[in-house]
Amino acid sequence: MRSIIEYFKEIIFGVWSLLKGMKVTGSYFFRPSTIVTQKYPSNRNDLVMFDRFKGEVIMPHDENNEHKCTGCGICELNCPNGTIEIISQTIVTEEGKKKKAIDKHIYRLSMCTFCGLCVKACPSNALAFGQKFEHAVFNRALLIKQLNKPGSKLKKGVE
Amino acid sequence: MEEKEITNLTDEHQEYVINMGPQHPSTHGVLRLKVSLKGEIVKSIEPHIGYIHSGIEKMCESITYPQIIHLTDRMDYISAHINNEAVCLNVEKALEIDIPDRIKVIRTIMSELTRIQSHQLWWACFGMDLGGLTCFFYGLRDREKILDIFEETCGGRMIVSYNCPGGLMYDIHPNFQKRVKDFIKYFRKILPEYDQLLTGNVIFHERSKGIGTLTKEDAISFGVTGPTGRASGFSCDVRKHEPYSAYDRVQFKEILFDEGDTFHRYLARIDEMWESMKIIEQLIDNIPEGPFAVKMKPIIKLPEGEYYQRVETARGELGVFVISDGNKNPYRVKFRSPNFSNLSVLNHIAKGFKIADLVAIGGSLDLIIPDIDR
Repeated sequence: MRSIIEYFKEIIFGVWSLLKGMKVTGSYFFRPSTIVTQKYPSNRNDLVMFDRFKGEVIMPHDENNEHKCTGCGICELNCPNGTIEIISQTIVTEEGKKKKAIDKHIYRLSMCTFCGLCVKACPSNALAFGQKFEHAVFNRALLIKQLNKPGSKLKKGVE
Repeated sequence: MEEKEITNLTDEHQEYVINMGPQHPSTHGVLRLKVSLKGEIVKSIEPHIGYIHSGIEKMCESITYPQIIHLTDRMDYISAHINNEAVCLNVEKALEIDIPDRIKVIRTIMSELTRIQSHQLWWACFGMDLGGLTCFFYGLRDREKILDIFEETCGGRMIVSYNCPGGLMYDIHPNFQKRVKDFIKYFRKILPEYDQLLTGNVIFHERSKGIGTLTKEDAISFGVTGPTGRASGFSCDVRKHEPYSAYDRVQFKEILFDEGDTFHRYLARIDEMWESMKIIEQLIDNIPEGPFAVKMKPIIKLPEGEYYQRVETARGELGVFVISDGNKNPYRVKFRSPNFSNLSVLNHIAKGFKIADLVAIGGSLDLIIPDIDR
């Protein structure tokens, strides 16, 4: 007799515990706005990332097409994976002095781990993080980027 | 009808060997378990590891100390912040630097947030392993709130890279305190829902109570730490026994159970989320003023010697052992990862249970495979 009572008790407890769980899911069924996090592909146009978000490394240029990179190579030294390669050239300044300057700042996005060491180490704040995060391309070669824009030159006053 | 036994075969031949993994959803990564079965009963399990071996320890020998951070991020990627903290604390210990209180408090808050999001993800996946897909959605929804906090302050969501030897990479975001307080308020309301959904569920009880029991003696001899060890009564919380960062100034309880089965490993993690919230609440309102990083030399060189630092990650005790020969690169780095020890106990506790229980037991150990293979 006792075992029968136990048996039915277990069944009632089981059904009750399932109903308790279904109460939670049912309540969300009627207020779906609390369960949706982001409608990602459809909110693409007005999606704003946080300002510190590490999407990719960029080199900000001002309106005169000038950047702050002196080509010192500290970012290249700090990068753990060899993502950054700096090709420098020797230029002659207006005073007639020979000076080392940047020719190409090569950034391989495919090797970057977004650790932020290059941006932190840069003595002239030439590098920054961009917010773009959709990096999928069909050709791997497109992931090798040149950060300094063609024809750009060093901002005056940055040594 | 009488059951017929095949007698002309030895016991060895009657065993049926199957491969669980490396591409099995319940192993949460590329772990291959060679399972010997007799009928439905598990006879022995032989884990084959190394599918995602990335040679992190060896790579550490050729890079500088600040660069190690981005590798430890990828070791136990769910508790990345705590791994980074271990390396940073080790370097700071070797250089005998005094770390300002502000850094200690921020690190502690971040570590506890990491622990909560790790347990949320675990809860989500554990529910999914046992057939409750709803848990997965709910767990990830709440985890998103913490990842947003990380994204705003650190720039990364999972792979945060927020620590650096001598402090933090950037200061906390002005919104940080408000967001964390909002999250705690929100999650205190949500966590009882987890209990209603899964903890009290009768199917979950049947599948987890008394399954995969680990005794305290075995937990100690296998070196099982973290919530898995504490569910067996092994008091192994590094935060309590050897406080680092700001853990010596907060009140919290070490969660201990005696039973050591899958259900109590589950309860240990749920209770740890409550405790983590308590720790954050004690610290979030009084973050001291001060610098967010100590000025370090551009090239960090550790003095010659051996250094060891252990921390409590979301899965157990992580130890970082560094031998330095005075150069800017370490001579040798060894990580004592919690998951490797936790995996070693799987054969011991899953023997004699059904193959379906193996999924529950494996899920309750909360294994992260890149941390095992390193």
